[in-house]
Amino acid sequence: METCEERTALSDRYVAAIDQGTASSRCLVFDQQGRIVSLSQKEHEQIFPRPGWVEHDPQEILRNVVQVVRGALDSGGLDFRDLVAIGIANQRETTVVWDRRTGQPVHNAIVWQDTRTDGLVRRLGAEHGQDRFRDRCGLPLATYFSGPKVSWLLDSAPGLRRRAEDGELLFGTMDSWLVWNLTGRHVTDVTNASRTMLMNLETLDWDDTLLAAIGVPRVMLPTIQPSSRIYGEAVGSLGGVPIAAALGDQQAALFGQTCFSAGEAKCTYGTGSFLLLNTGNRPVRSGHGLLTTVGCKIGDEPATYALEGSIAVTGSLVQWFRDKVGLIGSAPEVETLARTVEDNGGIYFVPAFSGLFAPHWRGDARGVIAGLTGYVTKGHLARAVLEATAWQTREVVDAMNADSGIELTSLKADGGMTANNLLMQFLADVLAVPVVRPIVAETVSLGAAYAAGLAVGFWPDTETLRANWHKAAEWLPQMDGSARDKGYRKWKKAVQRTLDWVDDDDD
Amino acid sequence: MLRLLSGRSGRLSLAELTGELGLPKGTVYGIVRTLISVGFVEQDPESGKYRTGAALLHLGSSYLDGNELRARALNWSDWLAARTNESVRLGTLHDGQVLVVHHVFRPDNSPQVLEVGALLPVHATAMGKVLLAHHPYLADELGNNDALPRFTTSTITDPGLLTLELERVREQGWASEVQELIDGEASCAAPIRDRRGIIVGAIAISGPIDRLCEGSEPHSKLIAAVREGARTISRDLGAVPW
Ligand SMILES: Nc1ncnc2c1ncn2[C@@H]1O[C@H](COP(=O)(O)OP(=O)(O)OP(=O)(O)O)[C@@H](O)[C@H]1O
Ligand SMILES: [Mg+2]
Repeated sequence: METCEERTALSDRYVAAIDQGTASSRCLVFDQQGRIVSLSQKEHEQIFPRPGWVEHDPQEILRNVVQVVRGALDSGGLDFRDLVAIGIANQRETTVVWDRRTGQPVHNAIVWQDTRTDGLVRRLGAEHGQDRFRDRCGLPLATYFSGPKVSWLLDSAPGLRRRAEDGELLFGTMDSWLVWNLTGRHVTDVTNASRTMLMNLETLDWDDTLLAAIGVPRVMLPTIQPSSRIYGEAVGSLGGVPIAAALGDQQAALFGQTCFSAGEAKCTYGTGSFLLLNTGNRPVRSGHGLLTTVGCKIGDEPATYALEGSIAVTGSLVQWFRDKVGLIGSAPEVETLARTVEDNGGIYFVPAFSGLFAPHWRGDARGVIAGLTGYVTKGHLARAVLEATAWQTREVVDAMNADSGIELTSLKADGGMTANNLLMQFLADVLAVPVVRPIVAETVSLGAAYAAGLAVGFWPDTETLRANWHKAAEWLPQMDGSARDKGYRKWKKAVQRTLDWVDDDDD
Repeated sequence: MLRLLSGRSGRLSLAELTGELGLPKGTVYGIVRTLISVGFVEQDPESGKYRTGAALLHLGSSYLDGNELRARALNWSDWLAARTNESVRLGTLHDGQVLVVHHVFRPDNSPQVLEVGALLPVHATAMGKVLLAHHPYLADELGNNDALPRFTTSTITDPGLLTLELERVREQGWASEVQELIDGEASCAAPIRDRRGIIVGAIAISGPIDRLCEGSEPHSKLIAAVREGARTISRDLGAVPW
C-alpha cells in the first residue's frame, strides 16, 4: 500500500509474517508501528480420508506459502529488499515426515484435529492413566499431539520405521517443514517442540524416556531453537531474506497481543480457539485440565511458559454449518441468521467433533445437539452454533482461574470470529467480564513479525511493542446472573451427553 | 428473466433470453422493455446485451449483509484507524438511515463505547451523503420534504442545497461533514463497492474538528487515507481497481 513516507533506513522497511494456518496460509507485511501494510491469503485442501481423519498436502502448503509471500509483496508494491526479516507462525502439532534426500513427504501431513491415534494413545495410558507424561511434557495423553502421530505414521507402511532409525527420514511440525525447505536447516522452535509430547519442559530438550515410550527415533528430530533468532537466509524463491522467528500460532498470538508478563492472557478465535495465560519463567502444572506449554523464547533469554485451554472446534463449527449443513452461504451470515430469533430456543450444541479438548480431554466424546423440540428453527441452530464458542470459553476460563488462583478481569480476544458482534457480546455475557479486541485482529501474524523484528533489531525491545497495542472494540457484560447460571448449567448437562459415545469396535 | 440475468453468465442477448425462457421473441422483448423502463434491467451499450439494472439492487435495504461487510472489512478498517488515529465506522442504508455495521475505536485507549447498530441521519453524516449520492430514489424522496431535520446551525436542511452537495460528492468520490451533526465534530467518508461497482456501504473516520480539519475541510492526508481504505476493501470485495 502506502510507501511514500520519508525514506529513512529502518523505518522505511518492513517485516513479513507467514501465518501457516489450518485452513489457509497468509502473509502479512507490517511497518515499524506494527500496522498492516499488505496481506495475501490462500486456502489449502482439507483431506478427510475417513471419519475423524484430517490431512494436508505439505507440498501444496509450501507452494501456497511462497505464493502468499510474493502476493503480499506485490500488493504492497514492495520487493524482498524492503524486508528486514520474515517470521513464521504455524498450525501446531500437525505432523510431517519426509525423506531427507529427496525432500518428498512419505505421507500427507496428519493434522492436529485428526483422531486416528486414539487407540495408540489409549494403550499408552492404559496402565498409568492419561497423565502418565504430564510431569515431563505438561500434556495429557490425547490424539492432539505430534509424538503419537509420528509413531502411527512410521507404522503405517512397511519399512518406514527402519528408514527413520537409519536416519533417512526427518520429522517436523509445519515450522520445521517450512524452514527446512526455505533455508535447508532442520530445526524447530521451542514452542512447537512443546506440542510434540516428546520435549521435556524443564530441559527444553527431547526426552529419551518419552521418545522410547512413544516410539520415535531421536535421529529424525529437528534441533530445538529459540522462537526469536535468525534461523538462516531464505534460499532461492524468497530472495535471501533472513527467517528470524518461528512460533506456534497460538504462542505467536500471545506475543502479538503483547502479553509479555506473567498474568497476561488472550484468546484467539479461529478454526479452534485457544486461551493462553503467560505464567512467566516457570512452568505451572495444571490441576484442572489445561496444558502447560512454552510461551516463547527470545534468543538467549530464559523461556516463558504458559497455561493453555485448547478448544478444538469453534470457527470450524461455523464452517461445518456453512459447508455441510448449508443453512448459510458464508461464515458471517451465521450472525444474520442468529439474529432472526431472540434466544437459543432451549438448545445447546456441543461440537465434540474430535472428542473434547480442554478441560475435559475426552477422546470418546462426540457431538450432540441437546434440547431439541419441534419449536426449534434454523435461527435457534445458528444461535447455538455461536453460543458453543462462548460456553466452551467459559469452561477454560473457569479452569484457568482455578489453576492460577487469579480471576480473569477482562478477556483479550482476537482472530476472525471477533468480527461477529453477537458472539463477542454473548462471550462478555457468559464470562461476566469485558471482552476487548486489539486494533490488529491478526495477532498471530503480528506476533511472528514482532519476534522476527526483535531478532534482527528492527525493534529494540518488547516495551516498544507494547506501545503499539490499542483497544479497537469492547463488549461489556449485560446478561443477568441467573440467566447466565441457568445457561451454564444446561451447557454442562449437554456436555455430559457427549461422553462415552465412541466404542472399542468403532473405527 | 431476472433470475437468468442475475445468474452466473450475467449478460444475455435477446436471442439467448428467448432460448432460455422458451417464449416467443416478441413477448420476451416486451417484458425486457418494461423492465428497462423501471430500471430493473439495463442494456449494455457496447454489446447490446441485457443485464440486471441498478434499481433492482436498490430494492433491498442493503445489497451486502452488514455482518458480511464487517467481517470482510475488518483488517482494513483497523488499518484506517491506525493510520489516521481516529475512530472508524462502516455504514449501510437501512430504512432511510445509516446503520452503523462496524466501529473501530480511536486507537488511544481512551474510554469509548461500541456504536454498532446505531442509526444515523443520512443528510448530516459523511457516510450518509456518500450513500445518498449513489441512491437517487432515496435522495429524491428527501427532496420532497420542505426541510430536513436540523441538528446544528451547520446542518444542511434545504433539500436543494443537499442536492448540490450530493452532486459534489458524486464528482469528488468522497464526502465530508463539518459540525453538521454535532458541534465541534467532523467526519469524512468514501464509498465501498462490490465486484459490480455497486456501492454496498461507506467507511468514515470521525473526530473533533481541530484534529480532522484544516480550514473548512478535512485534511487532504486524511481524505486520501479514507479513500485508500475504501478502495482496498472494495478490491477485496472484487471491485475492479479505480
Ligand atoms: N463473522 C463470523 N462469524 C462467525 N465465524 C466467523 C466469522 N468470520 C469468520 N469466522 C470463522 O472464523 C474462522 C476464520 O478465522 P481466522 O481467519 O482467524 O482463522 P484461521 O486463522 O483461518 O484458522 P487457522 O489458523 O486455524 O487456519 C473460520 O473458521 C470461520 O468460520
Ligand atoms: Mg490462524
